[in-house]
Parts: sequence; structure tokens; C-alpha cells
Amino acid sequence: MAFQEVIFWVLAVSSVAAALGVVLLRDIFRAALLLVVVFLAVAGFFVMMNAEFLAVVQVLIYAGAIAILIIFAIMLTREVQQGNLPNRLQPAAVLFPVLLLAALVFVAVDTDWNLLQDQSRELQDNVEVVQTHTIGGIPDEMRGDIPGSDRSGLGELLINDFVLPFEIASMLLLAAIIGALVLVRER
Amino acid sequence: MPLEAFQVLSAALFCIGLYGVLARRSAVLILMSIELMLNAVNINLIAAAAHMDQTAFTGQIIAIFVITVAAAEVGLALAIILRIFRNRSTVNVDEVDLMKW
Repeated sequence: MAFQEVIFWVLAVSSVAAALGVVLLRDIFRAALLLVVVFLAVAGFFVMMNAEFLAVVQVLIYAGAIAILIIFAIMLTREVQQGNLPNRLQPAAVLFPVLLLAALVFVAVDTDWNLLQDQSRELQDNVEVVQTHTIGGIPDEMRGDIPGSDRSGLGELLINDFVLPFEIASMLLLAAIIGALVLVRER
Repeated sequence: MPLEAFQVLSAALFCIGLYGVLARRSAVLILMSIELMLNAVNINLIAAAAHMDQTAFTGQIIAIFVITVAAAEVGLALAIILRIFRNRSTVNVDEVDLMKW
């Protein structure tokens, strides 16, 4: 547990510091590189929370595709020479996020979340019992009982319960591709 | 780790992104701040999914849709930014005031 906390604090400090760098640095190209640091730290959080598939997707799509697109846009426009200047809204733009942060932290700490910690603790105890009684770790037939170790549930849910949002997402991507092509086409 | 730690972290990232959206002039930097906010939302969704019911994947499914929409949004927004830069040779959102009154 202590190891997990160390990892959490390293990732938390690096992601928040890099996010502050993204919005505060003058050099916009460095801001884009720090954004990649935030994406990788968030992928680390996903691994901590038993979402390995989403961590891989995060690295592929955010740290790969989206970061490359943003760096492309910085190079194709003349962002780098102009730098990252604040606009006229500065006092309100500081005040409003600070107020929102205070409200969100209050809600997160004060709410009585309906957690299933007892259930997960029970499952962890089961895993420990299995590990102490078998040589070479967990037997294959027990592996499906460990929470988060069965990735096939994600795909089944995606094509059963969430099939309509899934199809709408595919249409959205198609429309985005065609729209982007039409927008940047020379005529 | 407790759920509250992840939620406070997610709130911090979201508010940093919100500051970037409100306070910066460059359209590309506003887009990067929106990506920060979407990442904060994903952390919150997956933390809730992992802490409340570890056998259900609903939180992860919604995070997948958020990532899909973010990818589509970045592609389109960068196309719009390139078109604005080609027509007006600026991406300062204070100067692009064609639809303001």
C-alpha cells in the first residue's frame, strides 16, 4: 500500500506541475511537450485504477495522435514566435477556477460516497488465500475472479448495452474526418 | 488510494484547464487546455468506476466515448484553426470577432 501511495504522489505532483506549465509557460512549444507529460501521468493513474486497456488507449490516442496534431498546428501557424499571452480577462479568469476548485474539493471530501470497499477487501482476502495455498501464484481458473483482470467484459458491454452510442461515435468520427478534409482543402 | 484523492486531483487538473481556456489568447493553447479538462473528467470517471463497483465497466466505457469525442474534436478544431490562420493570418481569439456583436 505504501508503494502505491508513493507512485500516486509522484504522478500527482508531476501531472499538476506539468499542467500548470502548460497554461503558464511563455513558449507554446514547451507547453505542448508538457501536455504529453500530463497525458503519460494520466495513463499511469489509469493503470493504478485497474484500467490497463484505457491506459494503452490513452498513450496511443492522446500521447500519440493528439500531441502530434497539436505540435503540427503550432508549427503550421506562427504560434511559436508570438508566445503564450494572457488576454484581458485575467482577474476573473483566476478567480472563477479557484472558486470552482474550492467547491469541487468541498463536494469530494464532504460527500458520503457509497463505496464497495468491503466487497473489494473480501476479494483481496480471497486472492491472498489463493496465493498462500498454491505454488507459482494464482491458478488460471481463479483469475477471472480478481476485479479488473477480465478485459472481455469491456468489449461485451460495448456491443450489447452501449451499441447505440458506439455506432453514434463511429458516425461522429466519420463526420469529423469529412469535415476536417473539407475545411483544409485548397480550392 | 481513497476515492477523494483522485477526485481532488481531477478537480485540480480541471480547474487548471479552465484557467487556460479563460485566460489565454492563442486558440491552440485553448485547445490544449480543453484536452486537460477532458483528461481530468476521465480520471474522475475511472476512479468512480474502480472504487464503487469493480466488476462493472460502465465508467470505463464512458471514458472511451470521451476519448473518442476528444479525438474528433481535436481533428476538427485544428482544421478550423488552420483555416482561420490562412484567412486572417492570426489565431488570437480576441481578434477573431466575426460573430461577436
